[in-house]
Amino acid sequence: MESERKKRKLLTLAALLISGGLLLLFTFIFDSYQLRIVNLCGIYITLGLSLNLIYGFTGLFSLGHAGFMAVGAYTTALLTMPPQLKEMNFFLEPIVPWLANTEWSFLPALLMGGTLAAVVGFLIGAPVLKLKDDYLAIATLGFAEIIRIVFTNTQNITNGPLGLKGLPPYTTIWWSWGIAFVSILFMVYLFKGSYGRAFIAIREDEVAAETMGINLFRHKILSFTIGSFMAGVGGGLLAHLMGTIDPLMFRFMLTFNILLVVVLGGMGSISGSVIAAIVITVLMEYLRFLDGPMNFGLFKTNGIPGMRMVIFSIMLMFVILFFQRGLMGNRELSWDFLFRKKKTLNDAVEGD
Amino acid sequence: MSFEIFLQHFSNALSLGSLYALIAIGYTMVYGILRLINFAHGDIFMLGAYFAFYALTTFLMPWWVGFIVAIGLTAVIGMSIEKVAYKPLRDSPKVSVLISAIGVSFLIESLGVVVFGGIQKAFPIPDIFGQVVVLGNISIVSVNFFIPVIAFFCLVFLMYLVNFTKTGMAMRALSKDHETARLMAIDVDRIISYTFGLGSLLAAVGGIMWGMKYPQLYPLMGLMPGLKCFIAAVVGGIGNITGAVIGGLVIGFIEIMTVAFMPSLSGYRDAFAFILLIIILLVKPSGLMGENLTEKV
Repeated sequence: MESERKKRKLLTLAALLISGGLLLLFTFIFDSYQLRIVNLCGIYITLGLSLNLIYGFTGLFSLGHAGFMAVGAYTTALLTMPPQLKEMNFFLEPIVPWLANTEWSFLPALLMGGTLAAVVGFLIGAPVLKLKDDYLAIATLGFAEIIRIVFTNTQNITNGPLGLKGLPPYTTIWWSWGIAFVSILFMVYLFKGSYGRAFIAIREDEVAAETMGINLFRHKILSFTIGSFMAGVGGGLLAHLMGTIDPLMFRFMLTFNILLVVVLGGMGSISGSVIAAIVITVLMEYLRFLDGPMNFGLFKTNGIPGMRMVIFSIMLMFVILFFQRGLMGNRELSWDFLFRKKKTLNDAVEGD
Repeated sequence: MSFEIFLQHFSNALSLGSLYALIAIGYTMVYGILRLINFAHGDIFMLGAYFAFYALTTFLMPWWVGFIVAIGLTAVIGMSIEKVAYKPLRDSPKVSVLISAIGVSFLIESLGVVVFGGIQKAFPIPDIFGQVVVLGNISIVSVNFFIPVIAFFCLVFLMYLVNFTKTGMAMRALSKDHETARLMAIDVDRIISYTFGLGSLLAAVGGIMWGMKYPQLYPLMGLMPGLKCFIAAVVGGIGNITGAVIGGLVIGFIEIMTVAFMPSLSGYRDAFAFILLIIILLVKPSGLMGENLTEKV
């Protein structure tokens, strides 16, 4: 058994190295457009995992993710923007003095964005987490909308509907995927420990979990706050990848995209979320040809904008109706398939 | 604020509130029976407005024929959505159906962008609804009179249907207990289908009148009213028709009156409904009319 564990560790390490090598390779062979997609994949992994933690593992159906992302994105952006850039952006109404001259480097700004998102998540979660299912969904959706509306109206802090333009492009593959790997490792270790188990217990049956001595409120709020933190960090990364943010970006549609990752990947599966994040991001870009002119041989279309989203939502409906458990269900990818045969043999010997 | 201006705001709030009420009824009826937030309801509302637009502009129908055709079509679409997207999931966890509903809403919106085009369209207002009526110092567009009246008649019709017909009785039975209702020889699927049809019909009426009150149509126009009307249903006590009407009126009045009395808050107009929702959920989650279980549909 000891050697098996060691082997698994080695295999994991090898897989990490190989993905790192692949990413390094991508930076050389891909053009900036393709690199952007690779970046998006990494960010969507973090975001998908954050919602999976809240919804897939703890069973709290929250639709407020876009709100937390907005908090993270705006915080990070405002902290990293150089003063001259702020002056250029805030031409309608000058920025509040205490923000005018801050210029942080990327990592502390990202962490600050995540922290503020977590604080907002905590403040929202404390009152609404006693609600269930659809009520929770609509309450969190409401909060996300309120955040967006507040951001639209606070002209001297967020620049209102004009948004922030020309953000420094800090998000590189190493940032987006580095944070994605940290998130994956964090999730794996979380669900090996007692907290992760408690989250799953709450998802399965709240009453039973409470009877076993799990403090429902504390665990729910913990899961919600951690999820918001990750969403905030993801939002910050996204902001510095896009270069431009405005309140309209953080509408319900964005939450929906992340929900897709969780549902397609399988609720409560870390590897499912990772695979789904990559598949969805790449597919979204690949299907872009649907919006352009097409030649069907017999007839030609001269580009139908929006066709991509139609095909995409039909595919989604198909998955929801026929593959309800998503790609992975709640299973995980692991090295078991390499060891399974040997294990059963050993078991058989021991059984004898 | 002079009395005349107040009256003007009042009629505006009353017509907006009635529209909210009409749409909220659809949410509350579906929730009462299936315990499902029909996320696509706001998009059905949008379809109603667009169908009326095409009936009047492309097919050049007289306005009343066009409106009836649009309402009928929307009801059929509402029923088909239930058949395709919700019925196969009847035994699945609640959240799966909710996700399916979100998916349908997304699909209708993106189809709307493709079929109707993303550019705003101007709704052709029939003369009778577009006149400006001058009463002393106040001038009100006639559609603001018609909306509450039409909404009232719809409501009377609905109340009659729910309380005094066999179908209505079956709906009320379903909202209590599906199994028992089935044992009483109620065709559950058919009644659910009727409920969706009825809700979509009211949403179409709401959509057409919305198009005459705010004459720009765009594929995402159902999003915000849809959310607000769901909130109206929750505020009034979900599953309760009278509650939905009260909730709709409350939200309509809060929105118009707050902006009227405090113009500096006009940017936050869309947030009021959500703030109200959160207060209600925390203070009285069953809604204003929550205890009144006898009228549950």
